[in-house]
Amino acid sequence: MNDREDHEGVSGIAGLSRREFLTVALTAGGGLLLTLNVPSAAGAGAPSRPAGTLNPYIRIDPDGTITLVAKNPEIGQGMKTTLPMLIADELDADWNDVRVVQAQLDPIYGPQFAGGSLGTPLNWIPMQRVGAAGRQMLLTAAAHTWNVPLDECAAEHGTVRHRPSGRTLGYGALASRAATLPAPDLNTVRLKTPAEYTIIGRFTGGVDSPRVLAGEPLFGIDMRLPDLSYAVYAKSPVFGARLVRANIEELKAQPGVRDAFVLRASQPDAAVRMGLVDGVAIIADRWWDAQKALRKLRAEWEPRAASNQSTHAFALEADRLAQKTPQTVLRRDGDVETALAQAHKTVSAAYTYPFLAHATLEPQNCTARLGHDGSLEIWAPTQNPAPGAKLVAETLRIDPGKIRVHMTRVGGGFGRRLNNDYMVEAAAIAQHARRPVKLLWNREQDIQHDSYRPGGFHHFTAGLDAEGRLTAFRDHFITFGQNGRVASSADLPRDHFPAGFVPALQYGQSLIELAVPTGPMRNPGGNALAFAFESFLDEVAHAGGRDPLALRLALYGPARVLPAPPPRYGLRIPPFDTGRVRGVLEEVARRSGWANRDRLPSGTGMGLAFYYSHFGYVAEVVQASVSADGVPHVHKVWAAVDIGSQIINPAGAYNQAQGAILDGLGQALHLLVTLDEGRVLQKNLDTYRLLRIEEAPPLEVHFVSSDNPPTGLGEPALPPVLPALCNALFAATGKRIRSLPIDPQHLRSAAA
Amino acid sequence: MQFSILINGERRSVEADPDTPLLWVLRDDLHLSGTKYGCGIAQCGACTVHLDGVPARACVTPISAVGSTPVVTIEGIGTHEWGRKVKAAWLELDVMQCGYCQAGQVMSATALLAKNPRPTDADIDQAMHGNICRCCTYTRIRAAIKHAAGLPTADTREERS
Repeated sequence: MNDREDHEGVSGIAGLSRREFLTVALTAGGGLLLTLNVPSAAGAGAPSRPAGTLNPYIRIDPDGTITLVAKNPEIGQGMKTTLPMLIADELDADWNDVRVVQAQLDPIYGPQFAGGSLGTPLNWIPMQRVGAAGRQMLLTAAAHTWNVPLDECAAEHGTVRHRPSGRTLGYGALASRAATLPAPDLNTVRLKTPAEYTIIGRFTGGVDSPRVLAGEPLFGIDMRLPDLSYAVYAKSPVFGARLVRANIEELKAQPGVRDAFVLRASQPDAAVRMGLVDGVAIIADRWWDAQKALRKLRAEWEPRAASNQSTHAFALEADRLAQKTPQTVLRRDGDVETALAQAHKTVSAAYTYPFLAHATLEPQNCTARLGHDGSLEIWAPTQNPAPGAKLVAETLRIDPGKIRVHMTRVGGGFGRRLNNDYMVEAAAIAQHARRPVKLLWNREQDIQHDSYRPGGFHHFTAGLDAEGRLTAFRDHFITFGQNGRVASSADLPRDHFPAGFVPALQYGQSLIELAVPTGPMRNPGGNALAFAFESFLDEVAHAGGRDPLALRLALYGPARVLPAPPPRYGLRIPPFDTGRVRGVLEEVARRSGWANRDRLPSGTGMGLAFYYSHFGYVAEVVQASVSADGVPHVHKVWAAVDIGSQIINPAGAYNQAQGAILDGLGQALHLLVTLDEGRVLQKNLDTYRLLRIEEAPPLEVHFVSSDNPPTGLGEPALPPVLPALCNALFAATGKRIRSLPIDPQHLRSAAA
Repeated sequence: MQFSILINGERRSVEADPDTPLLWVLRDDLHLSGTKYGCGIAQCGACTVHLDGVPARACVTPISAVGSTPVVTIEGIGTHEWGRKVKAAWLELDVMQCGYCQAGQVMSATALLAKNPRPTDADIDQAMHGNICRCCTYTRIRAAIKHAAGLPTADTREERS
């Protein structure tokens, strides 16, 4: 199999590379390649990219085949389908004529990443404009061809029709002429009204799905190249340890092994920065040979243990810090101590949640090939290719202009692949071995070398007035950091609810020193904070004798739009709208029969939670009971979701919401990473227990439409399910869950 | 050692150590990489293939244990009547998110339906228990199995519980 075939076949990344783009544009009478000035994918309100920037997203062949480029990585969030849908609708294409190719990393496409549920808000308008500009060029080409006024021409399903005469021309016939026309100004192209959509809003299957089910090699792990070798890379189980010695010569003598060597950390804190760390590379003709040789590795690491880096030690340290004044005050509104002293009633509780691993089902891997000219080509299942290329360039001292990154399909992201440690490892191994290498981590390495969702501890106190209203709120958040700086994804945002909605409030913070890498995991912050805050809010409601729904409605208050925060990610941040909170809370209450929950059988309870994240408003209700041995049984989950005025692809949207809910349930029920003297104890999926099908309850997801631009859905539906479940278990048993994962021992005595 | 195995109706010859898992022979020697590696200890089901129609985890099946048993992988399951129906249902209901586990899911679902064309929810739970979907597409996996079987796809477990 030659290289070219590999390139086409493996990752579907036959994308319009710069070279291909030039080739196509120069082919007279060939295809149309629209060259457009797209504002940086940042969307409205963001600084524009320089005029004249080319944006080749659309190619139309003479036979009418339309090739659309998907700019972002596909990790299962559906953007490879969603973004081309936006282009195709405005292009008035027939979706059956559309073929989608994955872009490689290229600055002409602007930011290319999968994270923060930002694919939709960043690209909703720019991708429509790309399509609308294409339609305008095709209409103009038709008007020129027929020598008729432009406004007598209409586009529909890949065809332009001259209305007065009824003449038609297909896009394939118009493409070469359209390609010679000047590109319209993207900021002034007319976009459709929702009533005119033909593809947006339609149930559309994933563009790669038939190929996945045919077993085609689409994922990073499937990459093939001529003369490819396979590599494993062994690192210290204790994070940040230095390799003292290893039996390299013995490894080299193992069957099938081509080479074995030591690589060194790029910097002292590379472990927590997810860079290249000390390790032993083993290269073999087959991955299995490398994996077998790995079992023969005898390595000495220093230090051999980090005694203060244990789950148990962290809990003791958190207890000690909780007795003290917070090291930092993140936010202070009013006088919380006085308000608590004057409260009719106070409620205090401590909540904690563990470190978690991402456990993407496709283990981390990457393929790299060094060229004769010192260039480096990389095929990576990454969510975030640009920082990966930068990391490789800096670590290996390679000119960034000589690095090409191909984005393969990604077997699950969940935030793990926002970091690119596997990329720099593969590149370093290929550079040292001077041959093309596919690095694949085994599952044990994947679980033991993650960028973990950090654990945390919250010490809450709330003050209530005689009517059960929340008058004071205090949290001493004990989290993790390095040298006084909060670790990645271990922070408490100072505007986190209920801040701004309670007259007296204080968020204090203390840090435990951490030598273990952390990083974003699907809904970073929210996946943990929602559990703590929304469970405690349920305690507040019960302490004050109020319905948890009514308490929330009263706290958020009447429908109003709060002042907009400053722009972030180059994106205008939509203002917080309490009316949208009310909308989803009332919808989920209605759908779940919340008002009638007292009619549920004894031992069955309903719990409610709301969480705002990634611009999405989500309320969820869980109905659950507990078996005699204390195991939670989730009967059903209802969700009401407001992500704006338009669901772009209902097929993807329901799937994302359902998956996020179940992902959260799995975290609440099972997931736990235990640290012991600087290493992770869990090794594989037998002890790191992902949710299985029989544990997935019936789900009802309802979208509440509001007059707001569409926002993302990969993450917002996850957080509320954790507290909704815990609150349901309280309603069912009278037992509070203040520590995750849920311990059946804790619930056993409450079970009937 | 030389092994001759029957894969997707085709006889293939491979040179491998007897303890090499079938998974790695499929992926790295025969370039049938639709079968995925997830855990290596038969916990996730991403490597599910059929051995004589019975689902098996290729990651813990040594090549020496295959013998003359016919092997069917995701690349070949479409020629199987139930395999074709299952794949069609999977696409119609747009089951997958990242898709990494879905070859294994389809192999387990096909084996279930070939044996039991009208599965109950409990049958589905039992047959699919060993296949983890990290994206948690379980709602649609359940519905797609029922759809392939011509059964109503609505999730009625709650009403019966």
